[in-house]
Amino acid sequence: MADVKVVEVINLSKSFGDFTVLDNISLTVMKGENLVIFGRSGTGKSVLLKCMVGLLIPDNGDIFILGEEVRKLKIKGLNELRKNIGFLFQSAALYDSMSVRENLAFPLIRNFKFSKEEVEEKVVRALENVTLLDSIDKMPSELSGGMRKRIGLARSIITEPALMLYDEPTTGLDPITTKEISYLIRDLQEKLDMTSMVVTHDLLCAQIISDKAIVLKDGGLKYKGKLDELTKSSDPFLKDFFSFEKNEETPGV
Amino acid sequence: MTEIRLIEFFTNVGGLMQFSLRFFKYCFLPPYEFSEIKKHMDELGVKTLPIVSVTGIIIGLVLTLQSQPILARFGAEGFLPFMVSISVVRELGPVITALIFAGRVSSGIGAELGSMRVTEQIDAMEVSAIDPFKYLVVTRVIATTLILPLLVMYVNFLAIVGCYVAILLVNDITLQLYINQVIEAVKFGDLIPGISKTLVFGFIVGIVGAYKGYTADKGTEGVGKASTTSVVIASLLILIFDMILVKVSLWLWPM
Repeated sequence: MADVKVVEVINLSKSFGDFTVLDNISLTVMKGENLVIFGRSGTGKSVLLKCMVGLLIPDNGDIFILGEEVRKLKIKGLNELRKNIGFLFQSAALYDSMSVRENLAFPLIRNFKFSKEEVEEKVVRALENVTLLDSIDKMPSELSGGMRKRIGLARSIITEPALMLYDEPTTGLDPITTKEISYLIRDLQEKLDMTSMVVTHDLLCAQIISDKAIVLKDGGLKYKGKLDELTKSSDPFLKDFFSFEKNEETPGV
Repeated sequence: MTEIRLIEFFTNVGGLMQFSLRFFKYCFLPPYEFSEIKKHMDELGVKTLPIVSVTGIIIGLVLTLQSQPILARFGAEGFLPFMVSISVVRELGPVITALIFAGRVSSGIGAELGSMRVTEQIDAMEVSAIDPFKYLVVTRVIATTLILPLLVMYVNFLAIVGCYVAILLVNDITLQLYINQVIEAVKFGDLIPGISKTLVFGFIVGIVGAYKGYTADKGTEGVGKASTTSVVIASLLILIFDMILVKVSLWLWPM
């Protein structure tokens, strides 16, 4: 099963005005793999994910997901593909006019033909997965940051997508919630046999989730490999990125 | 500075036109979100009913009290119901209600869609293969377009009631005579243009709010801006279109 390419990005470039965010990036993700994407803020990690689901249109390059070429798809085909992709936004992006139950049921009712009982059953199961069943009738405004992330996660995986894209799933959360969410992502991936790409700054989260990591720098894909190889690398940038020590070049007081 | 202003103005005009075209293209394509449209109409009605009720009564009262002394000077007080009902039905009812509706609803839609844009909810919808334009914009614009004519009819009715109350305050008039005079005064040729232009006003309120919200800039500032500018643009467009439509309706239904 490891031989199926789920994601293949070839020579992808994207700039906003004169500012080049992604410069000639190529990568592949095989079925069942978890790829962690590191990089400093503003190096185009989120842009990369958004290009993959067609929210942003790249300037150059090709993206193949589940055998489809994203840029050549018309809106109908793109929507068919999107049904197989889950996307967890940095802000969780819960619909705040709907209760938790409606939030989770929304993609099910809209895109698939499930009966009422099936929808309810799936909603309950998804909430049990993230251990938030008692929040089923709450509104998003009543939830804490960590709960929102978990509900967002439940909503993205409720359709059991083949590919999950996580945009900073643990940013802004305390270490314990971070750990919980990271294990949740890993367990779900194992249980549902998903492929996933995770954008994060969080080493703890990455160590729990990943078998493979890449690092973006100045718009380009600069490093890739096993996570522990990268963290132990002697390369000055990686050393600076993963260690606590202060770099002489890092501006400080 | 003026140059930037002008560029912004024309970007708005162009964007709004494009947005409207997109609306007309999508509004006839299935799936039709009837339950969603009904939900929005319910909300809009409940939200605006108190304020337009007050408006309606006051238009009738004030207009009558202000005109009464002038007409009395010509000994033409008998024309009071005639004059008030014609001006309410043809002009004041539709325009004032539309302006209040714009203040209440355009800003609301602008802020709601704006914050959905800023917090990535619109992107999230798009990524889960649900067309946010159809689900969020089309339903709201249809709802505002359909509900405003109903509100205007209601306001017209209340204004005419207000007029009756005001006449009673200064003079004596039987209800029957009053109703007779109003019915004699208001022709279908007055009612139809008055009501039908509110379809256009309702559309303006919905589409402007949705456009400003849907295209809001990132950040909380963007939401605030979407909400306030949509009221300004909607009110201005209502007045401009009122001028055009009055001309058209006078040509179609001469007085």
